[in-house]
Amino acid sequence: MENKAPIVEVRNIYKSYRRGTQTVPVLDDITFDIEEGEFLALMGPSGSGKSTLLNLIAGIDKADSGTITVGGIEITSLSETELAGWRATNVGFIFQFYNLIPVLTAFENVELPLLLTGLSRSGRREHVDLALRAVSLSDRADHYPSQLSGGQQQRVAIARAIITDPTILVADEPTGDLDRYSAEEILDLMERLVHELGKTVIMVTHDPRAAGKAHIIKHLEKGVLNSDVHSENTL
Amino acid sequence: MFILKILFKNAFRHKLRTSLTVLGITIAVLAFGLLRTVVGAWYAGVEASSATRLVTRNAVSLVFFLPISYKEKIRQVPGVTEVGYSDWFGGVYKDEKNFFPNFATDAKTAIDLFPEFIIPPDQKTAFLRDRKGAVVGRKTAERFGWKLGDIVTLKGSIFPGNWEFVIRGIYRGAQKSTDETQFFFHWSYLNESLKKTAPYRADKVGWFLIGVKSPDVAPDVAVAIDKMFKNSLAETITETEKAFQLSFISMTEAIVVVIRLVSFIVIVIIMAVMANTMAMTVRERTGEYAIMKTLGFGGWHISGLIFGESLVISAIGCASGIALTFPAAKAFGDSLSQFFPVFIVARSTIYMDMAAGLIVATVAAVFPIWRAITLRIADGLRRIG
Repeated sequence: MENKAPIVEVRNIYKSYRRGTQTVPVLDDITFDIEEGEFLALMGPSGSGKSTLLNLIAGIDKADSGTITVGGIEITSLSETELAGWRATNVGFIFQFYNLIPVLTAFENVELPLLLTGLSRSGRREHVDLALRAVSLSDRADHYPSQLSGGQQQRVAIARAIITDPTILVADEPTGDLDRYSAEEILDLMERLVHELGKTVIMVTHDPRAAGKAHIIKHLEKGVLNSDVHSENTL
Repeated sequence: MFILKILFKNAFRHKLRTSLTVLGITIAVLAFGLLRTVVGAWYAGVEASSATRLVTRNAVSLVFFLPISYKEKIRQVPGVTEVGYSDWFGGVYKDEKNFFPNFATDAKTAIDLFPEFIIPPDQKTAFLRDRKGAVVGRKTAERFGWKLGDIVTLKGSIFPGNWEFVIRGIYRGAQKSTDETQFFFHWSYLNESLKKTAPYRADKVGWFLIGVKSPDVAPDVAVAIDKMFKNSLAETITETEKAFQLSFISMTEAIVVVIRLVSFIVIVIIMAVMANTMAMTVRERTGEYAIMKTLGFGGWHISGLIFGESLVISAIGCASGIALTFPAAKAFGDSLSQFFPVFIVARSTIYMDMAAGLIVATVAAVFPIWRAITLRIADGLRRIG
């Protein structure tokens, strides 16, 4: 694998939650880099802090201390409003339960993030058609989430995640709610995003098979990062 | 367009709940509109009163009469153009439930003083020629099926006996707000009978109606008239027609206050119902709002969606309520025309309905918006799983 500049720099991140009067540490001095075009899997037991770390990198949670820089922007110093704007253009989200808006069609769900851009209606249509084609769901554009299978819904979610051409894609257990066949399809799709489109993907997973698709697997245990494992899939 | 589509789709995601809320708002707006119209009907006489008409009555009370001889003295007061007089007759047609206001009046002057009562010239002439003639408002004539030339007998409650009248004229109002239920006849007919049956009650009137040159001279004229009869056997109070009408309303002021209060309580209740609907809605969609936030939608966008949804529900209910107010007011007004001769949904009532709808939508959305805005994305996402 050639040496590329890190697109994500995580430095000395501490994060804790308050539970009543108690402070529960979740992440303890986390430092690592993710290079552009890398497919990283975060693994670890429940409660190890992997989803929290993903949320911090995606700018939807705030660290107690430490810095996170994504694409040259130190997101830990951004305000909530600035973060919202930053997320809109820099992060694509893929969730375990797809999280599509049930009253919108597949097309409209994918179009949703584009409403925050200055694109015209025809421009948005062009982008959505392209994204749905990329996930092989052009023929399901007018279907509502309830009319799609789990795998198809997740593909719509991926189309929504890539529609704004974000800097990073974050996926929280993207195959956690899918059968083996659909999970394989989604992972293949994510691999294609990395290999063909050069996307940087950070994925939280419990599933070793899913993690096996990543270039690098990082293990978190009680909020502490263990040494990296380079997957066979490493380029 | 896209946002509007989301608003409507969100609003009707729970069809039953939204339909019931819309129904509630419809009924509330309808009730509010009707109650406001009742208040308006209460004040219809006041609103229809003229600034160039004064009323002189006995200073002690309206139930005490004034001598007819005051008429000529009043006419001498500078600024007075015309003087008429009336008595509340209180006649009953067949049954007490068939109430309508009826007066013995100085026919010629009454017609001149009330240009808002439009009587065809031939009917006016016929009325003035016939001592037993009477003029009746269009609504009362329609109510009892009276036509020109019909003989109508009223049973006197203040002036005992059966009194026969011939319908010589049917007036209609110049404006929608003109009372079309009145019945008036020649005071001379009443007075002549009283001279024979109860002479001590003859040559007396209930009040004088005075036309003045302009509204500006009305206060001076009123003072001059009352001064003229100071220390007489029958002292007077002269006031504008509006004040005269208001003095009747003041007797029932408490009822009006209660009706007004109830009309606002209805809105407060529906506000609570609507707020509950919106709170439930937003609570159910916490995860979705968190997703939208992750996609980059900010507080203003989320607020807009919630307020928009609240506005859609409220607007549909409000529009239905307003649409139903007109036929309901017509039915209500028709069935209670004896109590509310003028029962018109005022434009101001519609504006108040709309304002109420907007306030309900706004208040109902405030707390859910606050919750959605302050929602931490991580907490919202956790609720989905």
